[in-house]
Amino acid sequence: MKDMAMTEAGLSPLLRVEGLAKRYGARIGCTEVSFDLWPGEVMGIVGESGSGKTTLLNCLAGQLAPDAGRVLFDTRGRGMVDTLTMSESERRMLGRTDWAFVHQHAQDGLRMNVSAGGNVGERLMAVGAQHYGDIRDKAIDWLDRVEIAEDRVDDRPSAFSGGMRQRLQIARNLVTGPRLVFMDEPTGGLDVSVQARLLDLLRGLVREMGLSAIIVTHDLAVVRLLADRLMVMKSGHVVETGLTDQVLDDPQHAYTQLLVSSVLQV
Amino acid sequence: MNAYNFAYLDEQTKRMIRRALLKGMAIPGYQVPFASREMPMPYGWGTGGVQVSAAVMTPEDCFKVIDQGADDTTNAVSIRRFFQATAGVAVTEKTAEATVIQTRHRIPERDLVEGQILVYQVPIPEPLRFLEPSEVETRKMHALEEYGLMHVKLYEDIARHGDISTSYAYPVKVEGRYVMDPSPIPKFDNPKLSMAAIQLFGAGREQRIYALPPYTEVVSLDFEDYPFQAGRADHDCDLCGADNSYLDEVITDDAGGRMFVCSDTDFCSERREAGHVGALGVEAVA
Ligand SMILES: Nc1ncnc2c1ncn2[C@@H]1O[C@H](COP(=O)(O)OP(=O)(O)O)[C@@H](O)[C@H]1O
Ligand SMILES: [Mg+2]
Ligand SMILES: [Zn+2]
Repeated sequence: MKDMAMTEAGLSPLLRVEGLAKRYGARIGCTEVSFDLWPGEVMGIVGESGSGKTTLLNCLAGQLAPDAGRVLFDTRGRGMVDTLTMSESERRMLGRTDWAFVHQHAQDGLRMNVSAGGNVGERLMAVGAQHYGDIRDKAIDWLDRVEIAEDRVDDRPSAFSGGMRQRLQIARNLVTGPRLVFMDEPTGGLDVSVQARLLDLLRGLVREMGLSAIIVTHDLAVVRLLADRLMVMKSGHVVETGLTDQVLDDPQHAYTQLLVSSVLQV
Repeated sequence: MNAYNFAYLDEQTKRMIRRALLKGMAIPGYQVPFASREMPMPYGWGTGGVQVSAAVMTPEDCFKVIDQGADDTTNAVSIRRFFQATAGVAVTEKTAEATVIQTRHRIPERDLVEGQILVYQVPIPEPLRFLEPSEVETRKMHALEEYGLMHVKLYEDIARHGDISTSYAYPVKVEGRYVMDPSPIPKFDNPKLSMAAIQLFGAGREQRIYALPPYTEVVSLDFEDYPFQAGRADHDCDLCGADNSYLDEVITDDAGGRMFVCSDTDFCSERREAGHVGALGVEAVA
């Protein structure tokens, strides 16, 4: 009864993760990961290289099959459903409607031989849009929102700079109004000034659209700016969780303290 | 006395191909893998089509081969001779007389009827290939009916050329389910893909067979604001005067003289025999 009332009041998590684990042979990728993500919340996952962030994100997003655990998503049609046991067809449908995935390397998330407009329009066409003019208008609108000029709409991403490619990838992902966005090191590999611009843009979009997101990064500046809550990972384990400011300003776990201080030294 | 089995292929191979054909007929537009055999001709010559023809051919059949609409190209003549030699079947250039027609790049102008079989030579059976090179992924897309990418291709066409510029191998949706490459026929022929005859598609190098049973619904993909248009040269045939046929542009002399003639040579000559004359028809015949 109480659960139902909470659900009706919109008080159900968007994503509920229970006991997620993934091994590579004897090596732990990630293990014993459990958390809730609430609508409109941005969760940051931080930790040094090799700590299991990408493994966890790929398991959450259905791109990697975990060995144990459940990933429950609040679907539009059926409420909380374990995305690991749903049919591949349903999971792929989620992947191009309610979910979005921003890859660290833009070329992994773009079609390099398709124009910017076609890249943004693909998700619209994937869900049945069949009016060229409408698709193009939406694509141009989204290019504008990620600060790519309209006259680049017919250019291919191969002609774009790294920062533009990443912004194009973001537009391509957000055009269908996803309810949950996964991002893996979205600012990784970019020049510092380009990173700053991208972060500002992401922060604007997150606020404007009320996005729910899970952002993986080794860069604490990214989560400081974007994340409401943090999960700190070490050797595949979550060692600390909490509100972003709390974790960064008053880290409890020795590893987090190290992580935070090493950033301060930089 | 005969070094080959009837129609060259051994019976076991023919049975294997027929099983693939039956599966293809049962699931219109679905690409069925088959174990393509070496044929005594290069792949570019339509070995997929030849194997399908061999598998469906009976001694009573009357065989016709067209290449871009013509019966007399080297390719068409060779394939026709091949089956004359290996199957001893009757051959014809008349569309109406043929029971099995093997084709490259055209559908005959004359409406085919029940009982006829049209066999296509297919170079690349996978319509999603050019945007998604992974075979694993394209198979999944077909299985899950994820065809957004096909419209991305058409979107790119319009973005670049102002219109859907694809004029050959124009993708179609079959019975509201599978997206299919109709082989490199001109899109002018697309409306004819819903027909009374059986249509069989064979890709030799790619080892795929697919099929359209009679009267299958075949719809050319398009956008609401850029509807499919079959298109046609703004001319009549200069030989027979036809205003409804697919035309080839032919250079007639070194002075830049050109004429438009039906690509379907049987259709054109039948019309001329029936007394139809195009603008240059008398001169051309004389
Ligand atoms: N495909 C793989 N095969 C074997 N081990 C892997 C594979 N991917 C990651 N790992 C290992 O799993 C651990 C976590 O890696 P990863 O999730 O990539 O961490 P992060 O994204 O935090 O750098 C590391 O020890 C890494 O070496
Ligand atoms: Mg990583
Ligand atoms: Zn003619």
